[in-house]
Amino acid sequence: MEGERRASQARSSGLSAGGAEGESPGGGAPFPRSSGSSALLQAEVLDLDEDEDDLEVFSKDASLMDMNSFSPMMPTSPLSMINQIKFEDDPDLKDLFITVDEPESHVTTIETFITYRIITKTSRGEFDSSEFEVRRRYQDFLWLKGKLEEAHPTLIIPPLPEKFIVKGMVERFNDDFIETRRKALHKFLNRIADHPTLTFNEDFKVFLTAQAWELSSHKKQGPGLLSRMGQTVRAVASSMRGVKNRPEEFMEMNNFIEIFSQKINLIDKISQRIYKEEREYLDEMKEYGPIYILWSASEEDLVDTLKDVASCIDKCCKATEKRISGLSEALLPVVHEYVLYSEMLMGVMKRRDQIQAELDSKVEALTYKKADTDLLTEEIGKLEDKVECANNALKADWERWKQNMQNDIKSAFTDMAEENIHYYEQCLATWESLLMSQTDLHLEEASEEKP
Amino acid sequence: MEQAPLDPERQLQPAPLEPLGRTVSGLEAAVGEEAEGARHAGSGVDTMTENNFWLKKIEISVSEAEKRTGRNTMNMQETYTAYLIETRSVEHTDGQSVLTDSLWRRYSEFELLRNYLLVYYPHIVVPPLPEKRAEFVWHKLSADNMDPDFVERRRIGLENFLLRIASHPILCRDKIFYLFLTQEGNWKETVNETTFQLKADSRLKALNATFRVKNPDKRFTELKHYSDELQSVISHLLRVRARVADRLYGVYKVHGNYGRVFSEWSAIEKEMGDGLQSAGHHMDVYASSIDDILEDEEHYADQLKEYLFYAEALRAVCRKHELMQYDLEMAAQDLASKKQQCEELATGTVRTFSLKGMTTKLFGQETPEQREARIKVLEEQINEGEQQLKSKNLEGREFVKNAWADIERFKEQKNRDLKEALISYAVMQISMCKKGIQVWTNAKECFSKM
Repeated sequence: MEGERRASQARSSGLSAGGAEGESPGGGAPFPRSSGSSALLQAEVLDLDEDEDDLEVFSKDASLMDMNSFSPMMPTSPLSMINQIKFEDDPDLKDLFITVDEPESHVTTIETFITYRIITKTSRGEFDSSEFEVRRRYQDFLWLKGKLEEAHPTLIIPPLPEKFIVKGMVERFNDDFIETRRKALHKFLNRIADHPTLTFNEDFKVFLTAQAWELSSHKKQGPGLLSRMGQTVRAVASSMRGVKNRPEEFMEMNNFIEIFSQKINLIDKISQRIYKEEREYLDEMKEYGPIYILWSASEEDLVDTLKDVASCIDKCCKATEKRISGLSEALLPVVHEYVLYSEMLMGVMKRRDQIQAELDSKVEALTYKKADTDLLTEEIGKLEDKVECANNALKADWERWKQNMQNDIKSAFTDMAEENIHYYEQCLATWESLLMSQTDLHLEEASEEKP
Repeated sequence: MEQAPLDPERQLQPAPLEPLGRTVSGLEAAVGEEAEGARHAGSGVDTMTENNFWLKKIEISVSEAEKRTGRNTMNMQETYTAYLIETRSVEHTDGQSVLTDSLWRRYSEFELLRNYLLVYYPHIVVPPLPEKRAEFVWHKLSADNMDPDFVERRRIGLENFLLRIASHPILCRDKIFYLFLTQEGNWKETVNETTFQLKADSRLKALNATFRVKNPDKRFTELKHYSDELQSVISHLLRVRARVADRLYGVYKVHGNYGRVFSEWSAIEKEMGDGLQSAGHHMDVYASSIDDILEDEEHYADQLKEYLFYAEALRAVCRKHELMQYDLEMAAQDLASKKQQCEELATGTVRTFSLKGMTTKLFGQETPEQREARIKVLEEQINEGEQQLKSKNLEGREFVKNAWADIERFKEQKNRDLKEALISYAVMQISMCKKGIQVWTNAKECFSKM
């Protein structure tokens, strides 16, 4: 595997992020940089990589800076990404800690919206300070996601929670909804922070650190909404072409994504349904116990037994409540996130296809047009690089994503199973103690009757 | 255990049949005229070893149910279920049982038997029949009378009914009951020949008495109160239990969907595939385990239902007391009024209104001979009335005594049975929890291997 990667590296003009040390972003930079100083980190953390490829300079062609098409990402060489996977999974080396909390409602004459407090703690050099506190609203998250997708069209960007949830939502801002969203936003930012490439994205840094007005002015740079919409339309049209020439491995990937998407959606529905059924079961059980108490009021001999049964039922109700909250905290958000991820993946696939389609159309043009053959050939050369980068980035990120998915799903379901075991154990203990106390009474009575 | 002062024809005089038999609701074998100490709860297998008095023991079982078609009284085709009743006598010495009688009865015949017993043993809390139509059903259970599960549960209920009668010290000796078990053809005619329907108290009379009675025995009033409460609380309980069962069913069954989806998903996974697949299997096991669990619980519901219906039987005894008491009060009142009339005639004062008195006033005095004649008649009536009052009083007191004895017997039976039912409910819950722990432990193992 590694050998393959090295070979493709040689062909590709991809550069590990940041190329030469100390190069500054901004003016004069021949290539758009989206991952600032990962090279620094790389050199520090990893013991190898005297590999020349890492220092290979990316093409200086300005045409690739065309703002009206998806900018070529600054690809991290797959090799360095593997290494960075190692780094990212080691919690001791984590140097960016983000929390999302304290939702607050803001009312203006035009609208009402919620902001969330974001606290960032970091030891990274490129951050001006080691602690930041900002307030962001959902729109800001959307903006960030858009910028990330733009900069890295074939990386798997973490999903955002939905804008609204149609079912059963009367108030847009009820507490459960806000809390669920807050947790999902927290997850979103942390996933970005854990991602070997995305974590160094400039817009991400701005998002975490800039004050409100700074953010607004920063947002105004870059392609406007209209141009991005235009991109989307063209993307859909041209991605169809890209499907035709899709390499085998991406066919497989696409197949996986399609089936995975189906299945995870079903699992999401099933899990939501279980939650609903358990809730309704709890509601009925709450009514059930008190009837035994009511009955005990008319009885003499049976009073104790009836009261014991009632108390067992109550204890089981409490255990059920715990089971339900476990489900809603551990399983449901994870499954739902992967539902959103599966949509993301389809988008990533489309973007990859679209990049490929650009190449294919130019190649087609070359075979038919005689004019400007030189220009076309040059363009094709660049596009070939672009496709290569995109594919490699996706492949690497795909492996990483699958690994994470497996871990997340595994632990979510294991937790659910654990929760259920615990539930049944609690109920068992309750009923067994009733049985024991009844048998004890029996023995007492029996011994009393003995003459 | 006192015998009711009843027509000896009703009762079989030679060796009473001592029934054995374990019903699903834990019936104890009754002991006839034995003292309290010989009563045993628990397994019906020959707990009668002290009972050397009786030579034979019998076992009754309703062993089969069959769908039949036939013509009813209006000569229309109908479908009904017939139940096979088998009676076995158990030899005391070796415990072997021999089939002595076997016949088929339908539900309406059971009803006839019970109605007969209600009329002839008004002081007894007569065991109730299982429900005619399925009630308190949760959605999965069919409310159809022809549904095999319902028929099965009814079969058990009918067997229980017969066993309750057979183990009742007084009811077990009834001839009609004996014939019910042994005489297939002609039994209905035999019952009807007793003209018991005519002897039944009219509902209207009973209602009237309930409202008008002045001095019923306080214990019966309390008992009526209790039976109302019992009925209300058990119906409520059964209703909510049915809803809880419904919900529980939903929870379990939805998990079954995981099984299918996991299996399909496992096809595209390399490392996770096996874990997913086997976890899915356990989800299926979990989902299907609810069927047995709820079937067991249905049995618990049946035990409660029996006592729900027993509440009505209690009320019937109370009603009879009120009727007798009212009758007594009316008779006493009538006697008092006649005595007064007589006194007035004798002394010449007219305080009470009588038609004769009125007409005499209007149309002239009656002769002293006429007056004497009237006094004579009244004195005879008063005598009769006093005799009647005495016997009614005696009857009433006998009734109260016997009824109360049976009620005490019933109370103990009820406490025993219901306690056992509640404990068995706990046992069911324990079993359900153990199953749950096992399935989820297995599932967890599969998940952790993914």
